[in-house]
Amino acid sequence: MADKKKLSRRTFLVRGGLGTIGVLAVGTYLFRSPIRAKIAGMINTADAPYQGNTDTPIIWFEITNENTVILHSPKVEMGQGTFTGLAQIVADELSVSMEQMQVVHANSDSGNIDAFATGGSTSISSLWMPLRELAATMREMIAVEAARKMEVEVYELTIIDGVISDGNKKMTYAQVVEGVTEWNVPDIPELKPISDYKFVGKPIARVDLEDKVFGSPIFGMDATMPYMLYGAVARPTRIGSTYIGSDTSKAEGMPGVVKIVKEIDFVGVIANSLIEAENAKEAIDVQWETQGDIQTSDIRALVEVGKGTPFVIQKEGDVDEFLKEDSNNIISEYWSPIGAHAQLEPNGALAYVEADKATIMMSTQVVNLTRGEIAKRLDFEDEQVNIVPTFLGGGFGRRLHTPNGIQAALLSKAVGKPVKCFFTRKEEFQNDTFRPPTHHILKGKLNETGMIEALEHNVSSGDVAFGSPMLPKVLETVLGADLGAWRGGMIQYGAIPNFKAISWRVKLPFATSWWRSLGLLANTFAIESFMDELAVKAGKNPAEFRLAQIQDDDRGKRLKSVINAVVEAAGYTNEVINGRAMGIAVSTDANTPCAEIAEVSIENNTIKVHKVFCAMDPGLVVNPDQVRAQCEGAIIMGMSASMFEKMEVENGELTPTIYGPYQMALMKHAPKEIEVILLQGSDAPGAVGEPPLGPIGAAIANAVFRLTGQRLRDMPLQLA
Amino acid sequence: MNISLNVNGESHTIDIKDGQTPLLWVIRDILNLKGTKFGCGKAACGACTLHVNNEAVRSCSYPIKLADGKNITTIEGLGDKDNPHPVQQAWIEEVVPQCGYCQPGFMMATAALLNKVPKPTDEDIDNNIINVCRCATYYRMRKAIHRAAELNILKEESETQNS
Repeated sequence: MADKKKLSRRTFLVRGGLGTIGVLAVGTYLFRSPIRAKIAGMINTADAPYQGNTDTPIIWFEITNENTVILHSPKVEMGQGTFTGLAQIVADELSVSMEQMQVVHANSDSGNIDAFATGGSTSISSLWMPLRELAATMREMIAVEAARKMEVEVYELTIIDGVISDGNKKMTYAQVVEGVTEWNVPDIPELKPISDYKFVGKPIARVDLEDKVFGSPIFGMDATMPYMLYGAVARPTRIGSTYIGSDTSKAEGMPGVVKIVKEIDFVGVIANSLIEAENAKEAIDVQWETQGDIQTSDIRALVEVGKGTPFVIQKEGDVDEFLKEDSNNIISEYWSPIGAHAQLEPNGALAYVEADKATIMMSTQVVNLTRGEIAKRLDFEDEQVNIVPTFLGGGFGRRLHTPNGIQAALLSKAVGKPVKCFFTRKEEFQNDTFRPPTHHILKGKLNETGMIEALEHNVSSGDVAFGSPMLPKVLETVLGADLGAWRGGMIQYGAIPNFKAISWRVKLPFATSWWRSLGLLANTFAIESFMDELAVKAGKNPAEFRLAQIQDDDRGKRLKSVINAVVEAAGYTNEVINGRAMGIAVSTDANTPCAEIAEVSIENNTIKVHKVFCAMDPGLVVNPDQVRAQCEGAIIMGMSASMFEKMEVENGELTPTIYGPYQMALMKHAPKEIEVILLQGSDAPGAVGEPPLGPIGAAIANAVFRLTGQRLRDMPLQLA
Repeated sequence: MNISLNVNGESHTIDIKDGQTPLLWVIRDILNLKGTKFGCGKAACGACTLHVNNEAVRSCSYPIKLADGKNITTIEGLGDKDNPHPVQQAWIEEVVPQCGYCQPGFMMATAALLNKVPKPTDEDIDNNIINVCRCATYYRMRKAIHRAAELNILKEESETQNS
């Protein structure tokens, strides 16, 4: 279907640029160059505009003979519920019922590609306006065509559930679009008022619910093709390893082996079954160049405030003057460990490379990047590579760099048949793109009324945002500070007269990258634990202490509202009652303020989290049930990372390499009660998936202090 | 060697060279039932949980030779859209899944628990449902397990009355 008339680009172009900066944070923002400020703002505020083709609805929607609408989503579904939210938006603006909506992943050869990624809690917020406009335009296109076929004027038509009527005759969308090859594409029509929406704002059940309950083959690892073979690629066990070469003689004659493939940067084997491929791979003798017997203590020594390159990311007033050497200064250090993604579906791909095209089925958060990398390696044009995204068995940032697509493609090319190749669990744990360890130094001073006079946060971290090739290299030069590492690292108490945040960038000898919420988890743990220390020192109620030091602008008011809401819901008290205490922590991430209170006891010298209250203001909520689900999951995942998870480096190897020894929160640890309160302080949808992960660690640690007097400054939290 | 299996009510005879091959890969790659997942290969996460003679088994570490002559149930055989198992019905009512990858293993583990303990307490759930969910859907899962127990008891009562 070709456009007869070009779409009006007027409205779409508004968001074609870098978008609004939004209210980044209180205080003077240090990225004074407009480019730095815009890029930093884009990523930090989730005002990141959608980076893909929004010129034509044709590549987004498909109308079936059964009069259903299939949305081809360029955003991938990794559990965050994006498919459902997008379907609700489309159903409302396109005037169809939810039963008529289906959502599938857009193949890259459909042309509907997100040039960036699925991540950063931006899927719904970035597509909110473009998708409404696309759906409204599609509705108008169909109406114009219907009017022509029915020989009436467009304004005489009404549309209900995909059926167009002039009061007399009726046509379904399917009947209208049948046989149409050239469309009159109108200017973008007026959008429906949000108050007229029937599905947006309602707790609609997930569109993928039945597939996920009845075991449909929807994930990357479930993909099959006729005549498919199985691949296995040798991966290093030691950190910072580079492939040198291999002796494959033992593997060559092994049962089921079809071919051994030696590339410049890896060696792999293709066999008739997965087990045979894995067995043969184990028999390959691989030479790696490695970096010696690095230990956890070596890594910890690298990640220290004062080492690496400092970048001042926020400055207000004169912190240096107020925090001069003085016995009244309060100084604390905090640490967070290396964290693994530990998503349940390992990375891998099914690839079929033919003479002039390649088809890759895989779980990825970066369709465009992966297509480009595979095309380059195969010496193809981008358009010759079709990425067919599947549902992700967890994303969490683990699939923002997927070189495994290249490996599967090269194996397939070597045998001319489809090859499926996946990581083992041990390979996942040793070749993850980890959450980097961090070190924090906080300094504060109180004035005579017990309010904060000056506050400084230093964070040292390995790379986060710069750890994925998703961002262009030039950004590192332009920005300097890793914007992922300092996510959540700025001071959000704008009524404090003097404050400063400094991000220290460290290069680590293993891959570190995006992990759900980026630096938010560690930075919020450090800052919000320190705020509790200051409140104790000042002899004030920690909730009131925070409220008193938040500025009165829009951002500040929203933050105060969530604090007040969570305090009220929990009946927050500073007292220990029946062996239980409450801890509070708050943060604003990507413009979404979130406050959490954890109710905790100590049983057998173990921290037990009974109940968590969470108040969050993500702006307009498209699906309250799924926003709640994201809060519940983020709270328990954040709890898991704060209380249990930790990777070690032993003699150059990352360990542990299996669930269990890599301790995570299980059913028995999950709080039995979670209460989520949603506020709406903005008329557009904002970030949801990551913000509620931030405060939970500090909320628990602060409760532990109430109970025991122990200030736990090192994650995972452990009682003395 | 030849292995006879009954999977979800259908008989299969599998000719397999290595009797140590995990049941999981026979189910997934030979019988092409993809609902049972690979998570770790070491029986540590439970994503591969299915039933062998009504007992929950982590199939990634269960040699195929031990399954000879036995009845296997996978998520595909637990129930379907027209006739969901009470556990699946409860999972739908509570909208449990997020990414969904680990959920078949949890549902199979729950169904096996309800066979033994029709009305599990929170403690029973804590001690028996020990799979790993990275989306951390545990809060809804616990509610769904209690709901599944209710639905299961109602179903059995109505079946008893009808027979």
